[in-house]
Amino acid sequence: MEEVKEQVISLPRLGQPAPPFEAVTTQGPLKLDDYKGSWLILFSHPADFTPVCTTEFIAFAEIYPELQKRGVELLGLSVDSVSSHIAWARNVEEKTKVKIPFPIIADLNKEVSTAYGMIHPGQSKTETVRCVFIIDDKQVIRTILYYPLTTGRNMDEIVRIIDALQTTDANGVATPANWRPGDKVVVPPPNTQEMAEERLKEGYECVDWYLCQKKL
Amino acid sequence: MACISPDGKPTASGARMLRALKTKAGSAEEVSQSAGLPLFRVRSGLRELTQAGLVSQKGEQYQLSAQGSELADSLPA
Repeated sequence: MEEVKEQVISLPRLGQPAPPFEAVTTQGPLKLDDYKGSWLILFSHPADFTPVCTTEFIAFAEIYPELQKRGVELLGLSVDSVSSHIAWARNVEEKTKVKIPFPIIADLNKEVSTAYGMIHPGQSKTETVRCVFIIDDKQVIRTILYYPLTTGRNMDEIVRIIDALQTTDANGVATPANWRPGDKVVVPPPNTQEMAEERLKEGYECVDWYLCQKKL
Repeated sequence: MACISPDGKPTASGARMLRALKTKAGSAEEVSQSAGLPLFRVRSGLRELTQAGLVSQKGEQYQLSAQGSELADSLPA
């Protein structure tokens, strides 16, 4: 009986350096290093010329100016060829008047998608699922989102995560559920009994010592 | 190639980087600012222009080679 061996690949995790890559894209060869100092959203889609992906690319193009204001670049990926990406982007522009302004990786050999765990055989053995990797300006993975093939991504949430992460970095705070810029932020909880007792005297809005919020 | 076409001519973005370096040698960040191109494009483009012998790199600084200067001079303003 033939033995079937499955290669186990360690997938990237939050807080780890993003796996380096060098890839062919619609804007020429790019390396992860080229994005040093910028935030990067690396996202995969199943295939060019497919309906949900087309709506997503239009939506990504629409939020791109907002992302650029936050120092964030976009980089798409699928296992299609550069020619396919170019033809699809031109078709999207022709039919919808929306120009795709960011590069798209042509990951024909699946090197980048394998390194980032973008192929989920339970969904498809050949296509990448809808992954989003938010990589910070130090090239550390800060957020990973996976969506199934049938569900298009929510762009508001992606921008909200960027705002939340950058607020956390700038102010040393956390952000509560459904947080939006301008809302109160969560003060990091005390980690000693003495700090817990002092916390309630520090002038924050506290439900109790472990849940205190403040305006920035 | 993103900066040099198969016929050896610079693309629009390649020409912008060559023009920026013709004005002043500088870092990738400085070229990005003066060429009005995203930093990731400039880093990738400078790598390509360096491999093509049009640009040379010393530390963080990039400058046109003799061949690059000649090409930059031939570009329409």
